[in-house]
Amino acid sequence: MPILSYLVLPQAGAMEQLCTDLSAIECCEVIPSDNEEVIVLVTDTPDDNTEKTLQKTLKNLPALQSISMTFGHSAE
Amino acid sequence: MKINRRSFIKSAAASSALAAAGSIFPGISFAEWKKQESASGKINWQKAPCRFCGTGCGVLVGMSGDRAVAVKGDPNCSVNKGLCCVKGFHSVQALYGKDRLKKAQVRKNGKMVEVPISEALDVIAAKIQETIKKHGKDSVSMYGSGQWTIPDGYVASKLFKGCLGTNNVEANARLCMASAVTGFMTSFGIDEPMGCYEDIEAADVMITWGNNMAEMHPVLFSRMLASRKRKQNVTIVDFATRTTRTSQAADKSILFKPNTDLAVANAICYEIIRNDWVNWDFVKKHTTFHKGKTNIGYGTEDHFSFKDKPEDITFEEYKTFLEDYTPEKVQRISGVSAKDIKYMASLYGDPEKKVTSFWCMGMNQHVRGTWIQNLVYNIHLLTGKISTPGNSPFSLTGQPSACGTVREVGTLTNRLPHGVVMNEKDRKMAAEIWDVPLSNIDPKPTYHTVEMFRALDRGDIRFMWIQVTNPMVTMPKLKRYREGCLKDDRFIVVSDVYPTPTTDVADVILPASMWVEQEGLFGNSERRTQHFDAIVPGPGDTMSDTWQIIEVARRLGFEKQFPWGEDEYIGKIWEEYRRFHDSPKHNMAPYTVLKERSGVQWPFVNGKETRWRFNTKHDPACKKGTEFDFYGKKDGKAWIWARPYEPAAESPDQEYDFWLCTGRVIEHWHTGSMTRRVPILHNAMPESYVELNPEDAADLGVTNGENVKIISRRGDIVMKASINGRGVPPRGSVFVPFFDENYLINEVTLDAFCPISKQPDYKKCAVRLEKA
Repeated sequence: MPILSYLVLPQAGAMEQLCTDLSAIECCEVIPSDNEEVIVLVTDTPDDNTEKTLQKTLKNLPALQSISMTFGHSAE
Repeated sequence: MKINRRSFIKSAAASSALAAAGSIFPGISFAEWKKQESASGKINWQKAPCRFCGTGCGVLVGMSGDRAVAVKGDPNCSVNKGLCCVKGFHSVQALYGKDRLKKAQVRKNGKMVEVPISEALDVIAAKIQETIKKHGKDSVSMYGSGQWTIPDGYVASKLFKGCLGTNNVEANARLCMASAVTGFMTSFGIDEPMGCYEDIEAADVMITWGNNMAEMHPVLFSRMLASRKRKQNVTIVDFATRTTRTSQAADKSILFKPNTDLAVANAICYEIIRNDWVNWDFVKKHTTFHKGKTNIGYGTEDHFSFKDKPEDITFEEYKTFLEDYTPEKVQRISGVSAKDIKYMASLYGDPEKKVTSFWCMGMNQHVRGTWIQNLVYNIHLLTGKISTPGNSPFSLTGQPSACGTVREVGTLTNRLPHGVVMNEKDRKMAAEIWDVPLSNIDPKPTYHTVEMFRALDRGDIRFMWIQVTNPMVTMPKLKRYREGCLKDDRFIVVSDVYPTPTTDVADVILPASMWVEQEGLFGNSERRTQHFDAIVPGPGDTMSDTWQIIEVARRLGFEKQFPWGEDEYIGKIWEEYRRFHDSPKHNMAPYTVLKERSGVQWPFVNGKETRWRFNTKHDPACKKGTEFDFYGKKDGKAWIWARPYEPAAESPDQEYDFWLCTGRVIEHWHTGSMTRRVPILHNAMPESYVELNPEDAADLGVTNGENVKIISRRGDIVMKASINGRGVPPRGSVFVPFFDENYLINEVTLDAFCPISKQPDYKKCAVRLEKA
């Protein structure tokens, strides 16, 4: 049951869109900065398969510029 | 704050990312993060009753981490079956207002200063001791609430009545439900409704008596409308003093002049007898006839006292009494046509129709509140339409636990958890369960709420602890009682969740836990007790009202009576409290059952809920061998009362020519201290107003939104006019909702009350209007 956190940067001018897109994804907790175009993302998935699917979804978000992991925990 | 391992790891994950962001982007801020708007992901749902009205909807509170981020109706709760109203759906947001009280404050040299909560509790205990030493035990008082949880009220009663020995315990339910209580006690000898919400689906006719259910009990009203749609032959009649959303949805809207509901109810009984619609079998077996005193006054003077003198009468004497209430005579005073009175009577009198009457503040906040309750019960008793599915005179509760706490625990001056202070047997039971000397419990009641605030003003009371209520907005004739609180040598303690006009007069403010930040229990209108866990941590130094009282009690030397640990006290308190109700007439479910279920009705006997009381088929407390047993009365018979029409305490005259009625709106709960901090609710209804009839507005030269000055013998206020809004009063009447502390309408109202229940009348006083 992996728990990870990331720093996520949006495409130029797409902060709001990216927040909306991330908020709509299950297993995601979204913490946007109020003075920079930066989002803290915390993910909590029930199993490895869901985690893999989630990572694929995140990387394919059009409004996302970059995503960098800052913390990772797995129950195994 | 409790936190599980998974939440801890997620917090660590977030912290890592925030730290990384801080080192890469100097000065970056996440301070304005609104977790409720952006959080999503795994949500854990836990049950609770809604925080707001007496309907007692079950909700599921959705937790993400340690925050409540969502709420929905609980489909397992039979009250609402997954439905909520607008306030319920936004309830969790009320936890997170920006100016939430988080620290205790004590007045030092005229200024409120933040202190550790332990210091504030020390000050309270010391002040109680000092005040009692100087002025006697009856100089200290507790003013609580129908929004107290059951444990809150129980420990307050135990401390003040059992340990300190004063009956100066009152609650704001005196202002909302007292007439309902005295109505039950005088008609049936026992409190609380005999029916349940299932009466809605069983009824053919539902009549709302002075009760805007569409806005005040919207989920129950939705059930009424759903039943009408499903069954096709259901009739809803709205009987009221102004046109509201309830009137618009009803099949028939009938308007009456204020206070004349007394006359109309008698006229309905006249018609029932004249047409021989009386259920003679029921009346002969299960009722007796009585009268009491008349011209009983209005309580506007200090030390007002009244004791009724019931006398037996015969049916023939009752019939003669009703000859003053022919529909034609009543038409003249009530404004209700004889045709409409006969129509209402025919609905009650039709043996094929099941009829449920619903009422709340229109009949409770009434200078003859006890009488009008008796008269509506009379209608149901004469026709035998009572205690069977669909046949139900149903007194609805306003607050979430006015029943569960104030009425069932007995947090009123004359009450104990079982019975009354005047009864030696009841005092002995309390002394034994509370483990206090019998001599501690005073057999003499002291003050009802209005008189308690009068006593504070006079100086007979010097200390008052106010919890979970806002009397500096809600007391009628407010100016006197606010000035009373501010007098020298008065000490006011206020426990609340947000700053209010009541915290403005405090000498000590305690930050209270709110709703699901503490474990507790509520009891709703249909005798359903509902348990909730502590689901979210409270902010800062917030402490549950129950625990605040326990901490003070221990400082006063009563550790033995309040021995429980913080991890177990609610369950222990519940099991101690339910000993008071150990009988088939009132047995409460065990703690373990309440924790599992979405509410349990009492009496709870042999594992089963009692849905209809006094009916042998449904109620195990009934005597065998009889169809009905009104066991609150010694002979098992309900009382039919001959109560006359008497006018309001203050009616319009040449100088003050309008009626003023006050009440609520659906968006806001009571004085708005919680709901006005929920942006969606506040924006939907940002400001109070005065409703005028369009013709009166035209005469005054006022258009919608223009300022109107409302003047009474007590004070005046300027408010914006609402014309042809959601409510339309008839000519000669205005209506003002009291949710907005910027418009203290109770500076204009009158502190007249029902002499029997002592409940004030917020629906009728005389004002004049000026264009401002």
